[in-house]
Amino acid sequence: MQHENWNGFKAGVWQDEINVRDFIQANYTEYTGDDSFLSGATERTNALMKKVQALFALERQFGGVLDIDTATVSSLTTFSPGYIDKENEIIVGMQTNRPLKRGVSPFGGIRMARQACEAYGYKLSETIEDEFKFRTTHNEGVFRAYTDEMRLARRCHVITGLPDAYGRGRIIGDYRRVALYGVDRLIEEKKKDKAAMAEKPFVAENIKISGELFKQINFLGKLKDMAAMYGYDISGPARDSREAVQWTYFAYLAAIKEQNGAAMSLGRVATFFDIYMERDIKNGTLTEEGAQELFDDFVIKLRIARHLRTPEYNELFGGDPMWITEAVGGMGEDGRTLVSKSSFRVLNTLYTLGSSPEPNLTVLWSKKLPEGFKKFCAKVSKDTDSIQYENDDIMRPIYGDDYAIACCVSAMKLGKQMQFFGARCNLAKLLNIALNGGYDAMSGIHIGPQMEPISGDKLDFDTVMERYDIYIQWLSQLYVKTMNVIHYMHDEYCYEKVQMALHDTEVERLMAFGIAGLSVVADSLSAIKFGCVKPIRNDEGFIVDYETTGEFPKFGNDDDRVDSLAQDMTHRFIEALRKTETYRHAVHTLSVLTITSNVMYGKNTGATPDGRKSGEPFAPGANPMHNREENGALASLNSVAKISYDDCRDGVSNTFSITPEALGKTDDERVNNLVGILDGYFAKKAHHINVNVLNRETLLDAYENPENYPNLTIRVSGYAVNFNKLSREHQREVISRTFHTVL
Amino acid sequence: MIKGNIHSIQSLGTVDGPGIRFVVFLQGCNLRCGCCHNPDTWGFDGGTQYTPQEIVDKVIRYKEYFGEAGGITLSGGEPTGQAEFAYEVFDLCHKEGINTCLDTSGSILNEDVKKLLTVTDRVLLDIKYTSDEQYREFAGCGIDKPLEFLAYLEHQKIPVTLRQVIIPTLTDNEDNVKRLKDIADEHAMVDKIELLPFRKICVSKYDNMGLEFKFGHLPEPTHEKMQQLNKLI
Repeated sequence: MQHENWNGFKAGVWQDEINVRDFIQANYTEYTGDDSFLSGATERTNALMKKVQALFALERQFGGVLDIDTATVSSLTTFSPGYIDKENEIIVGMQTNRPLKRGVSPFGGIRMARQACEAYGYKLSETIEDEFKFRTTHNEGVFRAYTDEMRLARRCHVITGLPDAYGRGRIIGDYRRVALYGVDRLIEEKKKDKAAMAEKPFVAENIKISGELFKQINFLGKLKDMAAMYGYDISGPARDSREAVQWTYFAYLAAIKEQNGAAMSLGRVATFFDIYMERDIKNGTLTEEGAQELFDDFVIKLRIARHLRTPEYNELFGGDPMWITEAVGGMGEDGRTLVSKSSFRVLNTLYTLGSSPEPNLTVLWSKKLPEGFKKFCAKVSKDTDSIQYENDDIMRPIYGDDYAIACCVSAMKLGKQMQFFGARCNLAKLLNIALNGGYDAMSGIHIGPQMEPISGDKLDFDTVMERYDIYIQWLSQLYVKTMNVIHYMHDEYCYEKVQMALHDTEVERLMAFGIAGLSVVADSLSAIKFGCVKPIRNDEGFIVDYETTGEFPKFGNDDDRVDSLAQDMTHRFIEALRKTETYRHAVHTLSVLTITSNVMYGKNTGATPDGRKSGEPFAPGANPMHNREENGALASLNSVAKISYDDCRDGVSNTFSITPEALGKTDDERVNNLVGILDGYFAKKAHHINVNVLNRETLLDAYENPENYPNLTIRVSGYAVNFNKLSREHQREVISRTFHTVL
Repeated sequence: MIKGNIHSIQSLGTVDGPGIRFVVFLQGCNLRCGCCHNPDTWGFDGGTQYTPQEIVDKVIRYKEYFGEAGGITLSGGEPTGQAEFAYEVFDLCHKEGINTCLDTSGSILNEDVKKLLTVTDRVLLDIKYTSDEQYREFAGCGIDKPLEFLAYLEHQKIPVTLRQVIIPTLTDNEDNVKRLKDIADEHAMVDKIELLPFRKICVSKYDNMGLEFKFGHLPEPTHEKMQQLNKLI
């Protein structure tokens, strides 16, 4: 197949089948130089950004939410077109009819939509309330099927953050397909797939797929309608760079109009765009300045994307994030780097537009990345604290070279894999429940196998492990079953029509489980094994506190005695999960990631044997507990690097804060040393790192004088936030984290 | 087997030698400098005992981070105070292909130290003052000691970074820095000079140990002053 808009591109199988990777491999230009070619922001961009900054300021004044349309259900064509400054926008499209105005998405759950409106002084319109009296939402579906035990597990916070009241997110449509093929071709292919279903046995599984294909085709049509409202015909392939960016953005926009999942990630678009930009530059129709402007305008759109959330949601995922994650760089399977000039351009938006948490720029790091790119990344990190790094060398062998990251650390093949998101369970609380024989002293709830609380004056390691394992097995099966309910109902009542239309029909599904409190548990078990832990019981005989004495190794010091306990825990947990069958034959995966929920998890967990007090926050993700690291930064990194990616295919998150002085004396030294740290850490097979280069004093000052730091960005756990958008409690926790300093 | 008394270990050192370095602070020092920020390393007793192999087993875990420039740095305290131990550590490191760097005052140069220098890739030599009077008053030895050490390094062809703490009223003047530069220029093996600003974050260490911080009354040098002096080198 040929199309005139493809003129100048190298032919390949991508023309005959939907295969964006093949298109990229055949046509992209690798770039191995440095950042000296980059352009700054144009006057147009600066003027537009000024308007956006004013809107952000207004949004802050309004308590974080500028406006809500309470009468319109957010979908592809329900809002008339919106603009920041119509005349001066290069890329157009907005979730609602005005910037920063939020729509409501009741399909995930009407309760959450209602409560979110009320939290900001609005009221969900009667029309919507009435309409949804006759509709089942995902949330209602889930609660119809939940067992008593599932409800109890939620209530006592041993499993939390489950996507059972709103969109599940963590699905990345291959938005590039719209630009490369145009919508008509995609509809045509989906129709073929649907016709082919006729040959298959019409059992539940296939009837379901057939129904889903209908929805996908229907919404691809709506996607065209949505673009037409903005004056664009996207039925055919994009003709040039601007159209490529615009078409791709329309596809992404359709997804965030339709779905309010926690993480609505973008994928891997920069090097794809670069192919169009190279062609236009060669044709003399685009300059470097123009190319940067396209990225700038596109990124501005991503920065104003918003979803409406409840205060309870914000407690888990602080800072109003969208996780518009864009994977940048990485290596190709043929040994060429996938770094292009546009990999630089997208990072450069942190200079042209200033630092920002969104989009969630994620560098896929490989030892073999070109030096010029490595150094530019390190410089951007040092200057903006806005990017994160993930290990391409351990992901590429599993996912190939056209994967992206959903949310923070969840890798998936673009257009070929999707994920059933499953938040996380609280391993530290589970330890306490196990020791109390199925009683959660924090909530007063009896849950799980019921047995006598563990007896004796001193906790014995083997006895504890034996007991703990019983509860790990119990929680794992409950967790899988709970997830099966959630995702069955989400497919049923809140199916991602646009996003799944931008996947292959035969898609591989991953079911992503998570754990919180890993370092608390590792240190607790270490205390029991190497120190002396005396349980303190209440009048009823339940353990409510511990008296811990003696020296014991702590996670974060590169000490195998305790690090192996953490390794064992993740291995044990994923093995336990695998014993229970998943919905739609999804592959079990596990993450060690908390977002900002480490604070909430801590709040709901009693004292632990490691000496952590009741209510004290956990460390985020796989981080060692704060200020227990005694041997410096690399020892801490080495401990985290030991957690096996094979056990934790959904990612191992580590957040690392270092003062500029501790990175070296000069800017050059700091850049080189940061590159060295990243090279070393990833050579150790670590998976992920958030890098912050800053002083605690800066955060303390921002805590006291937020008005002086309107754009202070900081990486927290798999994503970045504007420091001012965090709650006071989250801010205090971030300030209390370990900052690696010069001795 | 010989054991070393180790004060502490910093797995990420970026300011004590080239590249990323695993820094081992040895216990014990023969000097009592007024500007010292590690009074807790003064006594030769105390700390944790390690064999050279135990240290090297730790260092090896960080090889991936070292790149071409980085490696191990022995600091202190005064590492030449445990020269035999330090030699064993460096010798084992060399066998592992790990670059070695010695952070010293250059006040001890005996046969053990000379042997240590045979396995030392770079010396960070602290020239505390450029006048003998100041040396004797504030450091506890004469300037002849570090100069003799430097001459030996020159003779052995060991690369040297000269370092000096810039202390207001004592070393924060242009004449002093020029003299330091002269010393460097006279030695072909000196390829770098580092001026380190005097810092007082160690005050609490002195307080906790009930010791007097001799230079506690002096201010820290300003950023501008450091820039001005750095232009001279």
